[in-house]
Amino acid sequence: MEWIVPFTLTVITASTPLLLAASGELITEKSGVLNLGVEGMMLVGAITGFAVTASSGSAVLGILAAVVAGTLMSLIFAFLTLTLMANQVATGLALTIFGVGFSALVGSGFVGFAIDPLPALSIPGISAIPIIGPILFGQDFLVYLSIAAVIGIWWFLVKSRAGLILKAVGDSHHSAHAIGYSVIKIRYLATMFGGAMAGLGGAYLSLSYTPMWAENMTAGRGWIALALVVFATWRPGRLVAGAYMFGLISVMQLHAQGAGIHVPSQFMSMLPYLATVIVLVIISSDRAKIRLNAPACIGQAFRAAQ
Amino acid sequence: MNASLVKRTLAAVAAVGALATGMGAAQAEDVKAGFVYVGPIGDHGWSYRHDIGRQAIEAELGDAASTTFVESVPEGADAERVITQLAQTGHNLIFTTSFGYMNPTEKVAKRFPNVKFEHATGYKRADNLSTYAARFYEGRYVAGVIAGKMTKSNIVGYVGSFPIPEVVRGINSFMMGAWSVNPDVQVKIVWANTWYDPGKEGDAAKALIDQGADIMVQHTDSPAPLQVAENRGVLGFGQASDMIKFAPKAQLTAIVDNWDSYYVARAKAVADGTWESKDTWGGIDTGMVEMAPYTNMPDDVKALAEETAAKIASGEFHPFTGPIYDQAGELRVAEGEIADDGMLLGMDWYIKGIDAELPK
Repeated sequence: MEWIVPFTLTVITASTPLLLAASGELITEKSGVLNLGVEGMMLVGAITGFAVTASSGSAVLGILAAVVAGTLMSLIFAFLTLTLMANQVATGLALTIFGVGFSALVGSGFVGFAIDPLPALSIPGISAIPIIGPILFGQDFLVYLSIAAVIGIWWFLVKSRAGLILKAVGDSHHSAHAIGYSVIKIRYLATMFGGAMAGLGGAYLSLSYTPMWAENMTAGRGWIALALVVFATWRPGRLVAGAYMFGLISVMQLHAQGAGIHVPSQFMSMLPYLATVIVLVIISSDRAKIRLNAPACIGQAFRAAQ
Repeated sequence: MNASLVKRTLAAVAAVGALATGMGAAQAEDVKAGFVYVGPIGDHGWSYRHDIGRQAIEAELGDAASTTFVESVPEGADAERVITQLAQTGHNLIFTTSFGYMNPTEKVAKRFPNVKFEHATGYKRADNLSTYAARFYEGRYVAGVIAGKMTKSNIVGYVGSFPIPEVVRGINSFMMGAWSVNPDVQVKIVWANTWYDPGKEGDAAKALIDQGADIMVQHTDSPAPLQVAENRGVLGFGQASDMIKFAPKAQLTAIVDNWDSYYVARAKAVADGTWESKDTWGGIDTGMVEMAPYTNMPDDVKALAEETAAKIASGEFHPFTGPIYDQAGELRVAEGEIADDGMLLGMDWYIKGIDAELPK
């Protein structure tokens, strides 16, 4: 059973960027905003995190810069869709395309740079406990942050008054406006949080997962994060399950190939996506449940008048 | 020709000229070479190496040559448009550097008989259309010899992109090299089903290392698998360019694509009017396939690798020398014979001894 530890570690690293980006998008969508620009925000976060870390030598600075960069990207989106009331779907797609090109432009000077990966936590004695030690106490801090963020989001949505307001804005912006909440301001904040987390997810890719910069290195993970939010029916607990299931299946198929299990590799590569589709079908067969969690006003522009 | 037609023609020429300047071209010279790349020049692999070749033309021919490139051109209708535009804007030598550009290149070549075309990795030729490719399998044989000597677990991990002849040929060649010095080596192959997804390529490498591989070979384009090897403390080989920066303790050598001398030679041929349509499949001997410096290995292994590469370069030895059996035990290349290029180009079978099934 000695393969369990490295296998689990790989699953965790494959799942963490998805979880980071998806948990931010969950809050954005809960406020009624659909930002399809996750992929672009992750890429800009990835190059910013990498560029700052490579130039300054400080990973902490790099991570902070990635958060700021992701937030700035989401501010572009927020300004266009919330202030100028542009179409959210089109703007989100444009943001992704912009992010792909912009990150490639900024990153052209950083191709071929190598940096040290983020250091992993090491608690003398505890991190050395067989199996549990390396899995629970031997990760880099973004992994812990991703779990803490989900717990925080759960607490925020379920237990806090601010979370109630956010959900009210996402479910019925006119009602929320009528009782005195600033719908636009709240949506701005939620969108910025989504951008910050996407930037963090990108930084995880370029600083820890594969510590380098390569054009388009997210390779579609932003889209998977978007799918995961729907997959989780906007619930933080299910988001963790979904992200880890996705990571598990995608790593498992690589292991199965290496172990010589004769299943067509194309089929194996398809498996994680197939699983997502199947679960989506199962969940959407129960419409009442979806409606219970889906933000009713998602994707709709809000005008304060009337 | 009436005046308005002249005016319109002049306007069109000016517009096209402006476009060409937008793509980074300089003034028309003796040789004006255009390049079409399938990826970004920042991919640190395939397109990057072609662009180094383009720069070599400028460096070598100086004022007698100018070059233009268009990157990230999708294979298909877009490619035809880009190639046509290059041909219309006074380029007299056009390199199209991906297999999928074959049909568009052929079509455009017919329409511009005075422009010379060079298509990489294809097989369609015409009087003004040459083809060229490199025998990377020669480098993979040398890598196999090194791996056979260096492995302790006798398990080699191989990250493949797609099961196409180019990649399958590489795996076969690598394993023949490995078995020539160590018959106990086993290979585990994982198909990533992508040329380029650093995360997935890295995960594939992790899976292989977890299963006991202590040598990492890749036929995908990002440095991620080699980087994983570095972090996990095992050894590996770079792909397409020297990746030593990503893995100073892990890279044994890298199989480097070197188009420089070919590109310079072809540009010179256009300059002095000796250009002819031909098919070039160059190996270590022509410099198209280059081995990065041998590192992280003892001197005797290094000497053996150098000797093997030299024998292949001189033609004294060919990696695909019979007897070669396929997995079903059928004799494909008879004893003492050498696989012909047709067999190599269409290779869709594993050699005997590889314990894996080739995805169809």
